[in-house]
Formats: sequence, C-alpha cells, structure tokens
Amino acid sequence: METILTINNLTKKFGYLTAVSDLSFTIEKGNVYGILGPNGSGKSTTLGIVLNVVNKTSGDFHWFDGKTSTHEALKKVGAIIERPNFYPYMSAEQNLRLVCKIKEVSDSKIREKLELVGLYDRKDSKFRTFSLGMKQRLAIASALLNDPEILILDEPTNGLDPQGIHQIRQLIKEIAAGGTTILLASHLLDEVEKVCSHVVILRKGVKLYSGRVDEMIASHGFLELRSEQKEELITLLNNSELFSNVNAENGIIKAFLRRPLEADEFNKIAFEKGIVLSHLVKRKESLEEQFLTLTNNHSN
Amino acid sequence: MIRLLQIEGIKLWNSRSSRVLIIAYFCLLISIALISVIKFDIGQIQIHLADQGIFNFPFIWHFNTYVAAFFKLFLAIIIVSMISNEYSNKTIKQNLIDGLSKKEFIMSKFLTVIVFSAVSTAFVFIVSLLLGLAYSDYTEFSIVFSQLDYLIAFFVKLMGFFSFCMFLGMLIKKSAFALGFLILWQAFEGIIYGLLRWKTNANIADSVSNLLPLDAMSNLIKEPATRMSAVQSVASQLGEELSKDYGVHWYEILIVLVWTFIFVYSSYLILKKRDL
Repeated sequence: METILTINNLTKKFGYLTAVSDLSFTIEKGNVYGILGPNGSGKSTTLGIVLNVVNKTSGDFHWFDGKTSTHEALKKVGAIIERPNFYPYMSAEQNLRLVCKIKEVSDSKIREKLELVGLYDRKDSKFRTFSLGMKQRLAIASALLNDPEILILDEPTNGLDPQGIHQIRQLIKEIAAGGTTILLASHLLDEVEKVCSHVVILRKGVKLYSGRVDEMIASHGFLELRSEQKEELITLLNNSELFSNVNAENGIIKAFLRRPLEADEFNKIAFEKGIVLSHLVKRKESLEEQFLTLTNNHSN
Repeated sequence: MIRLLQIEGIKLWNSRSSRVLIIAYFCLLISIALISVIKFDIGQIQIHLADQGIFNFPFIWHFNTYVAAFFKLFLAIIIVSMISNEYSNKTIKQNLIDGLSKKEFIMSKFLTVIVFSAVSTAFVFIVSLLLGLAYSDYTEFSIVFSQLDYLIAFFVKLMGFFSFCMFLGMLIKKSAFALGFLILWQAFEGIIYGLLRWKTNANIADSVSNLLPLDAMSNLIKEPATRMSAVQSVASQLGEELSKDYGVHWYEILIVLVWTFIFVYSSYLILKKRDL
C-alpha cells in the first residue's frame, strides 16, 4: 500500500511543556484517519509540524516516499488548520487564484471547486463579508484546488452552527467517497466515528492508540441485563469466569465479556440457574466509551 | 521568480489601501517637477528656483535623487504592512501550508522591494531627464549622462531602507510598532553618534556612524544644498570656503549592500526559527 505520511518519534517541546512526545504513525493512501484527543493534546501541533509551520524538537517525518522536500510535497496536500486564513480584502475568487499560484496549478479548477462547496454565486464577495461557515467552505475549496492526495482538516466544524456542521460533514463524506485520503483532527468523537476508518488517539502529546476504529479496544463487547432476581444475577455474574467487570446502573446491569459469548448462550446459562431475564442485549462500546476507557486507563 | 512576484502582486494590488499608497507615491515622485515652478518674490529680489541651476546636468541627478529619497517613507509603510498583515491575517501560515517554502516567502517580499526600488529609480531618472532637458544650461550628451552613480546610490539606498523595513516587519509583526521602532532606531543612531563625538573625536564618531544602517543609507547621497551655485557664492562672499566631498563612494554602497544582506538573511532566520 502506498504511504502518504510517515512520522517517526516526533517530539515537540514548548519550553518545559512537551506538546508532542515520541509520536509515530503512518498514513496510507485511501483511508480516512482521525486524530482524536481532548483540547491541548497535541493534535494541532502535530499537524503544524508536518505542514511546515511548527519546528520539531526531535524525530522526523516525511511525505510520500521521502524524496521530495516538505514544501514541494505540500503542493500535493490540501490542508486547513484551525481557522480559515485568507486575505480579508480579496474576493473568494482572488484568494483562490493566489492559492493556485502558490500551488503552481492552473486557475481552471476554481469554478468547479467553488460550485462543489456552494459558493460560486458569491465568488466576487470579499472574504471578510463571509460567515464562518462560508469561510470554512471556502477553505475546503481552496484545499481541494490541486485535487490533493490527502486532505487534512483540523477541527473543521469548530464554532459552526448545526446547519454549518451538517454541510461540512456532508462535504467531507462526499470527498471521502471520491477516494481522497483524509486526515481529520477533532475532539468530537461522533465526528470521527461517523467518517473515519482509522484513528490515532492522543493524550497530552502521547499516543494511546493507532489503528482501525473497530479494533480500538480488544473487547468482546458487553451484555445489558435486567431481571427481577437482581441479587442472584449479580452473584452469578461475579462468580462467572466469563465476565471481567460487572456494574449496575439505573436498574440495568452491564457485564463486560472476557471472551466471545453470544446473548442466547448466556440466556441459557441464566435460565439453568433459575434466573429469568426481562432484558438482554449484547452491545459493543461506542467510540466515546472506548475513548474514555482508554484515556482513563492511562491516567491511572 | 516571476511566480513569486505574481504572488506578491496579487496580494498588494487587490488591497485598496496599498494600491492608493503606491499610486500616491509615484505621483509624488513626479511632483518633483513642480519644484521648477517655485518662485520666491521678495520685493526686489526674485528667485526662480529653476533658474538657480538646480536643474543643470549633472547636478540634477544629485539634487533629484536626494529630494526623491524623502518620499521613501510612503513605501516603507506599505512594506511594513505587507509583512505585518501576513501575520495578523495568519495568511503567512496558510501560504506555507499551501506549499510556499519559507525561503520563497522571504524572496517574494525581497523581490518586491527590489522592484519598488528599481521602478522608483526609473521614475526619478525619467523625471530628472525631462526636467534637465527643459531647464539645464548644458545638454551635451557627455554632460547629461555623467554622474549617474547618484542613481545607483538611490537604488541601493531604497533597497537597503526597504529591506530594513521588511526585517522590522518580520521581527515585530505589528506595523505600528515596527514603524515606531524605525523612528526609535534613528534616534538611537543619533545618540550613538553624540556619545562617540563626546567621548572620542569627530573622526571616530563619523566613521562609526557611517557603519550604522540608517546613517550609512543617508550618507550615500549627501545634502546638495551647499553645492548650489547661489549658496556657494553667498558663502564665498562671507569669506567661507565650502568644500565637501559630494561624490558617491564604492565603500559606502558596499556598507549598505552588506546591511541589506544582513536584513534579508535575518528575516529568513526569524521565519525559520519561529513557530507560527
């Protein structure tokens, strides 16, 4: 598989603060990656380093096969960091023309990309007259001008209203469906869960996990149970080898599985012990629960 | 190189305020010609500046480059703000992300500085040539095109000054503070000169201050007033002998060129080391 970005032992220190610590991961062509982490976990710093605006303290990274210089490689990358940055006194079209000059691509794609993000009718309006949602969409159009190998988005829906968020997410899905590799940094779990196939989780600059979203925790899921015979059920669960952790919340008992087990098998076991269940569901943790489990494990 | 200039051209020309300032600046350069219509009418004595020999070749090269250099402050504002705006709009960050290298970014600014200096020099050349042809007492080819080294000095002076402005913009990031610092620096050079003059002698003070950037730039083209025939004749009537070296010297040009290099290279180093 073709590698787009390789990061090896990357470290960035701001004085005493270590923003990114010994971070390594690779990005392969064709996947949608999420970088997930709370605010201040080093997501933007990492992106800043690979995008040539923040100097690394140690470690290294290279784009594609590592033979081109970073700024040449960036011409094949589309990236938006934090807020959309354009010249406020220039119109949407003039701003995009400037980006074309920088990226050394022809102006011919400007119209197509403005239409894609739904701003073509506002092409002659000055950037400063745009709403935040429009600015963000213009930034996406600008990042797509060169039909990039990879699109990097840093908190693209931050500060937008629900409609704006929806538009941006729709856009990201369309772009991903077209086969473009995407790297999406976010602290919003459902955002990552909805669009990403792979995820890198950071906390205080340290990588906690990188890999497929659905393999994030070596977990066999958990059972949600309810029964009139609550005490007996809990005793049964606690004494069983099958479960690692049992807790009761709002009358629903959650039992985390130690090894694969189907719901009907457990139903049988319970019935044999004389416990009748009124509720039985087998579930997998949502990304949010997995994320909290991961970050909690590491803080202890 | 053309690409870098085009990039900078798009940025500058689409901004109304810098467009107005640039046009105003070049209009001012042309307005030097208006000196020719200045007439003092003091009772019996009538002084028509154009008749005082200030438009005589080759003196006109000296006089006009000296006067025109005052207008450089206009462009200084543009240079400083074209750097500081990149910081305040965070577009410098976006430019780098879009694939402009840090070296290219500095080069695009420095090339703009060179273009501004070159076009200013060309303007002064044309205006002076026309004024001279209209008013000069001598229009022989060999006299007209003598002492053109003032134009070289003018070009180097502007380039050095604008590079200094660019460096201050990169260093300070805020245009108002950068321009304030420019004035402060001028005062600082004055204080250094004063201190040296006081502690040592005029010779040492002169040669040290000639090495400081702003003094070195202003030293390139010396004041032409005392060279005017009217002033000279008044002086000689008072028994004062005004003899001064008005020429442009290669080592003075070299000093400014070295400063230009220092400013441009330091701008690059600042950008390279800074986390945006």
